Amino acid sequence: MSAIYILWLRELKRYIRSKAQIAASLGQPLLYLLALGFGFGPVFEKSGSGNYLQFLSPGIISMSILFTSIFSGIAMLWDRQFGFLKETLVAPVPRIQIMIGRTLGGATVAVIQATIVFLACLLVGFRPAHWAMIPLAFLFMMLIALVFASLGTAFGSVLQDMQGFQLIMNFMVLPIYFLSGALYPLTNLNKPMAIVTHLDPLAYGVDALRNILSGIAHFPLTLDLALLSGVAVIFLTLGAWLFSRIQL
Amino acid sequence: MIQVENLVKKFGEFSAVKDVSFDVQKGEIFAFLGPNGAGKTTTIKMLTTLLNPTSGKITLDGLDPSHHKHAARQRFGIVFQDPSLDGEQTAYENMELHAVLYKVPRKVRSGRIEQLLKLFELWDRRDDYVKTFSGGMKRRLEIARAFLHTPKILFLDEPTLGLDPQTRNQLWTHVKHLNETEQVTVFLTTHYMDEADRVAHRIAIIDHGGIVAQGTSQELKQKTNSESLEGAFLALTGSTIRDEAATSADQMRQVAKMWSNRR
Repeated sequence: MSAIYILWLRELKRYIRSKAQIAASLGQPLLYLLALGFGFGPVFEKSGSGNYLQFLSPGIISMSILFTSIFSGIAMLWDRQFGFLKETLVAPVPRIQIMIGRTLGGATVAVIQATIVFLACLLVGFRPAHWAMIPLAFLFMMLIALVFASLGTAFGSVLQDMQGFQLIMNFMVLPIYFLSGALYPLTNLNKPMAIVTHLDPLAYGVDALRNILSGIAHFPLTLDLALLSGVAVIFLTLGAWLFSRIQL
Repeated sequence: MIQVENLVKKFGEFSAVKDVSFDVQKGEIFAFLGPNGAGKTTTIKMLTTLLNPTSGKITLDGLDPSHHKHAARQRFGIVFQDPSLDGEQTAYENMELHAVLYKVPRKVRSGRIEQLLKLFELWDRRDDYVKTFSGGMKRRLEIARAFLHTPKILFLDEPTLGLDPQTRNQLWTHVKHLNETEQVTVFLTTHYMDEADRVAHRIAIIDHGGIVAQGTSQELKQKTNSESLEGAFLALTGSTIRDEAATSADQMRQVAKMWSNRR
């Protein structure tokens, strides 16, 4: 247990200490929030779909969780190349504990990041439908973070260099984001698009947060919960398996 | 303390290590010398549970590392060829993390960390981030860290690569000191023959995956009629140059260097 704790703590320390990284990783969600929120806002309202900022904010929060948690896993690439990973892999500690410590650390960082983005949303005018539901929203944020931190660990375990990182960014992370319904409603989509979006695990995370925070739902909340939990278990297992196979 | 019998490691068709056998006694400093690509690092990786041997038998302090991985790992400390510190944490935090991973009892933890950091002259810098350290300081910290859980065996894979003579000298003095005071068995590889000559009790020379000679420095010199260990080494391994291909790790390191210089 103490091994899990110390590796979790390390991820947290790294995050808190790199002020530049915190600032940089806030830039993107804020840009989406402001440019899209205020840019598409009038069109969205004219179409009779309500306030776009209320619709978009949970999507932007989900996005910051997705990016932060996946990148924390991919950051393992640096630990691998600069040797720190070795120090943990030759320690007399089962690899599963090392993997869990790292993954939970990455997930925690993502939730902190999401909290900052949430506060930024409040600042530009977003108002949660029910303040009392905020703890439930945090539960879902943690679940989303766990899903994608595990996926990040899985990627980090197989990647050998930075070229692979670009590949994952363009063919995994961005599609997961753009097809999740973070930016647009999943209703009235054409058939292929509807199928693809329903296969995106983040869609259920976005939906849950939007349901809780803004009162707009596409799926039932219990379905979101069941699906995210299921995917979390699958990705955690996959991440643990791939991590256990790392050869140095 | 370390027994190796008929150790073989094959990567596909290529045999990196073929039929290597040696014995290292308790408290001994044993040097493993060889040109690039001779199989030194592969052997160390097998000894330290990072690679599974294709065949052969390894015993560390009476344990088979491939069956008792964690028990074996608890018994040795290792300093890798490349640094393995966390640059974003302080020297003290790096030590602490190691202590937790190796289950050093909480009661003795801070005392032992202080003792080692003082010995390696890093105590004053304990709260500085490791990324601000020089190459020599990082090396010292890594060796201090490897001693933290009072291992019975210390593996050093080219620990003095890229260090200036002063630092190298000081490093070996520390290692010798700890070898004497804590009775640690030391298994090292190096490209500096003078170092091996000075610190090692016994030396094995490996080339093309096999051991070509072993004995004390004196014995090796006599065997080859050489004045120096370097002469003996060249007589045994020839003078052809072995080029190693750059790995992705080397390439990444170059990129990182570029970035860190810009700061």
